[in-house]
Amino acid sequence: MLTKQQAKIFFLVGTFVTFAIFIGLTIYSLQQVQTKLPEDVARGKHIWEKNNCMGCHTIMGEGAYYAPELTNVIERRGEPFVRGVLQTKKPWQPNGRKMVAYGMNEQETNDMIAFFKWVGNLDLNGFEKVNKKVSPLAVDHMKSNN
Amino acid sequence: MKYKTQKVAYWFWALSMLLLTIQLTYGFIMGFARVGYDGLHQWIPFNTAHTVHLNTLVVWLLSGFMGAAYYIIPEEAETELWKPKLAYLQLIALTLVGVAALTGYHFNIWEGRKFLEIPRELDWLVAIDVILFLVILLMTILKGKKKSTTAWVLYGGLAGAAVLYLPGMISFDSQVLDSFFRWWVVHLWVEGVWELIMGGILAFLLIKLTGVDREVIEKWLYVVIGLTFLSGILGTGHHYYYIGVNKIWLIVGGIFSSLEPLAFLAMTLWALNMYRKGEKKHPNKLAIIWTLAAAIISFLGAGVLGLAHTLPQTNLYTHGTLVTAMHGHLAFWGAYASIVLAIIVYAMPNLTGRKLYDHPRGRLAFWLSNIGIFTMVSAFAAAGVAQVYLERILGYDFGQVQNEIKVHFWVLITGATILSTGITLYIIDFVKYGLPTDEALES
Ligand code: HEM
Ligand code: HEM
Ligand SMILES: [Fe+2]
Repeated sequence: MLTKQQAKIFFLVGTFVTFAIFIGLTIYSLQQVQTKLPEDVARGKHIWEKNNCMGCHTIMGEGAYYAPELTNVIERRGEPFVRGVLQTKKPWQPNGRKMVAYGMNEQETNDMIAFFKWVGNLDLNGFEKVNKKVSPLAVDHMKSNN
Repeated sequence: MKYKTQKVAYWFWALSMLLLTIQLTYGFIMGFARVGYDGLHQWIPFNTAHTVHLNTLVVWLLSGFMGAAYYIIPEEAETELWKPKLAYLQLIALTLVGVAALTGYHFNIWEGRKFLEIPRELDWLVAIDVILFLVILLMTILKGKKKSTTAWVLYGGLAGAAVLYLPGMISFDSQVLDSFFRWWVVHLWVEGVWELIMGGILAFLLIKLTGVDREVIEKWLYVVIGLTFLSGILGTGHHYYYIGVNKIWLIVGGIFSSLEPLAFLAMTLWALNMYRKGEKKHPNKLAIIWTLAAAIISFLGAGVLGLAHTLPQTNLYTHGTLVTAMHGHLAFWGAYASIVLAIIVYAMPNLTGRKLYDHPRGRLAFWLSNIGIFTMVSAFAAAGVAQVYLERILGYDFGQVQNEIKVHFWVLITGATILSTGITLYIIDFVKYGLPTDEALES
C-alpha cells in the first residue's frame, strides 16, 4: 500500500515537474506575443478597463454575458455604428437592455475603435469566426421579423 | 474550542455572512435586469452589480478561509494564536478595504478586469493585510508543539493564494497579456491553491468528525493535492485557447484540464470512505452533511460541469456564454462556499458552547440552499445550451437570442429565492448561536 511518505513525494515531484513545464511554455509562447502596441490601441485598452466594459460584455470570450461579444464588433456592425454607441449621451437600449451612455469625445472614440480593430485582427484559433458568421436561416428570420 | 484565541474566527465568519448577503442581493439585481426589470440601472448598472457580486463572493470566501485558519491552526499546532490583537487589526483592515472597494464600484472606480476589479492602490493594502495574516499564522505554527500536515497544507494554500495575487497587479497595454496573467490569478486560485485550502479544511473536518486515524487521512490529502497540481497547473491552458497565444495550449490545456476532475473525484471518494470507515458517533450531524456535500458537489460543479466544456472543440462554441455561468455557480458553491459553510457549522457549537448540533432549521437551511442552487444551475444550463445553439451554431443575433432565453431567468430567480431562503435560515442559526465565549473552553 501507498505510504504517507510516498504520497508526499508524488505531490512534490508532480508539482515541481508540471510547474517547470508551465513556466517553460509561458516563456515560449509569450515570445510570440506583440508587446509594443500603437499608442491609440493602448489608450483604448485603458478606457475599456477604466469603464469596466467587461462587466457586461465579453471580449475574446471573457467578461460578463449580459451584452454582446465585442471581438469582431467593427466587422459585424461597421465603424459608424460603433462610434454612435460610444458617443451618444442618451441612454441607449437595444432589445430593451440598457447600456451606460458614456458620451465619449472624439479622441476617446478613436482610441476605442483602434482597440477594437486591433483585437479584431488577432488570430484567435478560430474563435474570431464563431461570432462572425450569420447563417442563411437566421437572415431569413431577421428579415421576416422586420 | 481548545484555545481561547480561536474566537477570532467568529468575527471573520460574521464578515462572511454580511458579504454573502450583499452578494445575493446584487445577484438578484442582475437576475431581474435580465428579465427586463432594470429600474436600478441609473445607480447600479449591470457592470456594477456584476462586479459587486463577484467581489463579495471572493472576499466572503477568503474571509471564511481566514476564519477557518484562525480556528484550525491553533488547534493543530496545539498552542494559542501568536499576537491575537494583530488578528483583529487584520480583520478591521480587511473590512475597510472591502468597504472602500465596494463603494468605489458604484462610482466607476475599478480596474474592469473580471474578478480583479479592486483598484491597484487598494491592491497594496490587500497585500499588506494578507502578509500580516500569514505572519500571524506562521509564528503560531512555529511556536506550536506540533507541525501537522493538515496545518501546513492549509497554510501553503493560503500563502500560495497571496503570491498568486501579484501577477494580477501588473498593468498591461495588451489585452492578450492582460488576459494571460489574469488567469494566473483566477485559474491558479480556484483550480490550484484554493484546492489546498479546501483540502486542508476538509482533512481537519474529517479527522474531527469521523475519528479515523490522522495518518490515513493526511496520506490521502497528499494524493488529492498531488492530483490537483499535476493537472491544474498545465490545465491553465484551457483559458489560452482563444486569446491570441500559441496553439500549443490547445493540446496542453485540453489534455491536462481534462485530468482536473480526478482531483475532485479523489476528494469525493476520500471523504466518503473516511466517513464509512469512521465511527459515526460525532453528534454534529449538520457539520457532517455540509462536509460530505462539499466533497460531492465540488466534483459535480467543478469536475463534471468543468469537463463538459473544457475540450477546445466544445469550448470554441461555449466560450463566454451562459454555459460558463452554469459551471461557475455550481463549482464555486460546491467547492468553496460549501466548505466554508461546513467549517462554520462545525465550529459554532465549540466556540459558543451552545450545542445546537442537529435541528430542523439547520437541516432546512442545508436542503433549501442546495435545492435552490441546483435549480439555478439548471436554468443557466438550459439558457446556455440554447444560447450556444442559436447564437453560435445558427448565427442569430445576440439580442434576439437573449429574448428567446429570457424565460429561463424566471426559473433562475425562483431558484435564487429558494437558495436565499436557505441562506437566511443559515444566518439566523449563526446569530442564534450567540457570541463566542471563554466559557466554551474544553478542558
Ligand atoms: C472549484 C473549482 C472551479 C471553480 C470555482 C471554477 C469556476 C470558474 C469560473 C468562475 C469561470 C469563469 C471565469 C472567468 O470568465 O473569469 C470558469 C471558467 C472555466 N472553467 Fe472552471 N472552475 C473550477 C474548476 C474547473 C475544472 C476542474 C474545469 C475542467 C475540468 C473547469 C473548466 C473551465 C473552463 C473550460 C472555463 C472557461 C469557460 C469559457 O471558455 O468561457 N473549471 N470556471
Ligand atoms: C441570489 C442568488 C444569485 C443570483 C440571482 C445570481 C445571478 C447571477 C447572474 C445573473 C450572473 C451574471 C451572469 C452574466 O454574466 O450575465 C452571475 C454571475 C456569477 N455568480 Fe451568481 N447568482 C446568485 C448566487 C451566486 C452564488 C451563491 C455564487 C457562488 C457560490 C455565485 C457565483 C457567481 C459567479 C462565479 C458568477 C460569474 C459567472 C461567470 O462569469 O461564469 N452566484 N450570478
Ligand atoms: Fe480554469
